[in-house]
Amino acid sequence: MIEQSLHALWQGFGVAVEPHNLLWVLFGVFVGNLIGVLPGMGPLSAISILLPLTYAMAPVPAILMLAGIFYGSQYGGAIGAILLNLPCHPPHAVTCLDGYPLTLKGKGGTALGVTMIASFFAASVGIIVMIFASPLLVQIAFKFGPAELFSIMLLGLIAGGTMSSGSPVKGVAMAVVGMLLGVVGTDPNTGVSRFTYGMTTLADGVQLVALALGLFGVTEFLRNVNRLKVSGNASIGVRDMLPTRAELKRAFWPIVRGTSIGTLFGAMPGTGPTITTFIAYAFEKRISKNPELFGHGEIAGVAAPEASSHSKTQVDFIPTMSLGIPGDPVMALLLGALLIHGIQPGPALITQHADIFWGLIASFWIGNVLLVLLNVPLIGLWVKVLQVPYRYLYPAALFFIAVGVYSTNNSLFEVGEVLVFGVIGAVFVALKFPVAPILLGYVLGPLVEENFRRAMFLSQGDPIVLVQHPISAAFIGVSVLVVGVQIYVALRGLKGSAAISPT
Amino acid sequence: MQARPFLTEANRDYYAGSLMLVIGAVTVWQGAGYRFGSLTRMGPGFFPVALGVLLALLGIAIAIGAVRKRSGVETAVAAPAEWRAWACILIGVAAFVVLGKYGGLVPATFAIVFISALGDRDNTVRSAFVLAVAMCIVAVVVFWWLLQVRLPLVGWG
Repeated sequence: MIEQSLHALWQGFGVAVEPHNLLWVLFGVFVGNLIGVLPGMGPLSAISILLPLTYAMAPVPAILMLAGIFYGSQYGGAIGAILLNLPCHPPHAVTCLDGYPLTLKGKGGTALGVTMIASFFAASVGIIVMIFASPLLVQIAFKFGPAELFSIMLLGLIAGGTMSSGSPVKGVAMAVVGMLLGVVGTDPNTGVSRFTYGMTTLADGVQLVALALGLFGVTEFLRNVNRLKVSGNASIGVRDMLPTRAELKRAFWPIVRGTSIGTLFGAMPGTGPTITTFIAYAFEKRISKNPELFGHGEIAGVAAPEASSHSKTQVDFIPTMSLGIPGDPVMALLLGALLIHGIQPGPALITQHADIFWGLIASFWIGNVLLVLLNVPLIGLWVKVLQVPYRYLYPAALFFIAVGVYSTNNSLFEVGEVLVFGVIGAVFVALKFPVAPILLGYVLGPLVEENFRRAMFLSQGDPIVLVQHPISAAFIGVSVLVVGVQIYVALRGLKGSAAISPT
Repeated sequence: MQARPFLTEANRDYYAGSLMLVIGAVTVWQGAGYRFGSLTRMGPGFFPVALGVLLALLGIAIAIGAVRKRSGVETAVAAPAEWRAWACILIGVAAFVVLGKYGGLVPATFAIVFISALGDRDNTVRSAFVLAVAMCIVAVVVFWWLLQVRLPLVGWG
């Protein structure tokens, strides 16, 4: 079976290096990197802004490009975190802790270089794990019935809500709000219009792009306007990025450990990237011989979290592609993109659309090579881009959002939806709700309803079926465990000990 | 000038929980209008009502947490409200929708960039104008000409 995978992978490389596809990967990585560097823009906004551009494209280059945007913007975010102390994407908040002190010491270039090595190494490991784990998972996935699918999605939602950031209860509430948004529109089973209030434009439901851009575009601008001050003028040359032998030696084991942590968490549906980087950082600090150096420019404090987030990113694609269950909001958005292109992720994807699946894996690796090749000569440009004032950035970005959403379905109504979700998102953010689980709930909601309905129909309305099937029972068990641990932590926290919660 | 902020550490979760409770309750109320069905054959109302109940319960849990947390110390001072900037951003997007329908791509582009740019204190009318004109050029070249967005450049829709 491994042999078969390797053969398929070889063909995947064939797909990925077709000049036409390669060009789109390059474009995606470049634009993703550019948007990721821009203050206040993360992978979610990068993908949602560029998603409408892919509608006219064939599915394979479209997905390859979107994946390129994803890891390009993720790497770009690290640049802002290290050089300007601006974590535009929450997982990079940890990178700031040691990355920015390194910049102050004049070691910013080294930090970027180590980040690049860490992310390349971690992504490569993640891709190898993907190559071997996906076919295995597919074999199991074919045994999945509605009960199993419901249970694993339940786990994904609970984990996604509780482990994102901030209060777990609030995270779960946001996942439920997202599922409710997924309900809007015509019920596929009965044809009844739900929550459309007579608006025919809502019959197809809330649009994914409008929701994502409202929550991660407009909401972010509302939050950052007049508050995000970009300052600092770092200048980094190619030479500064080369770490010394001693620095590499110091960073090597943290990179390996960060990668392992990321791989482990990537396999778990719903665990967000933020929590992964926090755990990698905390772990590194705990086992370090001199933990007091952390927070003052310790290279390991940059290497481990960045490695963990990049390996997690790659491994996250496994549940997304083989089960159709996104691991985190970014994956949910990519899953939505696949659906828009008429591709239903799931075990059948790997057998029926082998070109997409293996082409995607091959393109990941090529994309990561391109990322390294691009960043070495372009680092000077990125540093310039970092200094684009926010006052020019957000009006231009608003325009891109508006015209992008319009072109999705040539509908101005959907631009209005962006406005509404932007306001709703801003209210939620003001009340300290994490908004990312909304997207997860929105994408999973209809699938949860459908599979629960089928499972109950098959079992004649007996919910015990969910724990009778062993696979399903295992997922339910883990879900209960996750909820139990959270309640335990919450009760203990009330007794007075300070709670550690990543923001 | 800094009046007592509307949201404090102590009452934020209280409002947050109440909001969830209200959304949940409204969902249950509206969802009850659809056929509920049974577990075996669920009607269109089953799932929304179940979610509504769940959300209301979560809201109560959040609000209870807020009551318990009352003793909590007041930490970071909240950033002041940016009413003008918020209004500019929202009016800008709304203007794009209206002008997109009745004015065409160029007026809509100009409006969204110009109005939202005025929200930033450091932008002058002049700099907002220059930025808006620049984005109009991008709109025409990239979106209208290259990507063929189906909005007339200028015109009454």
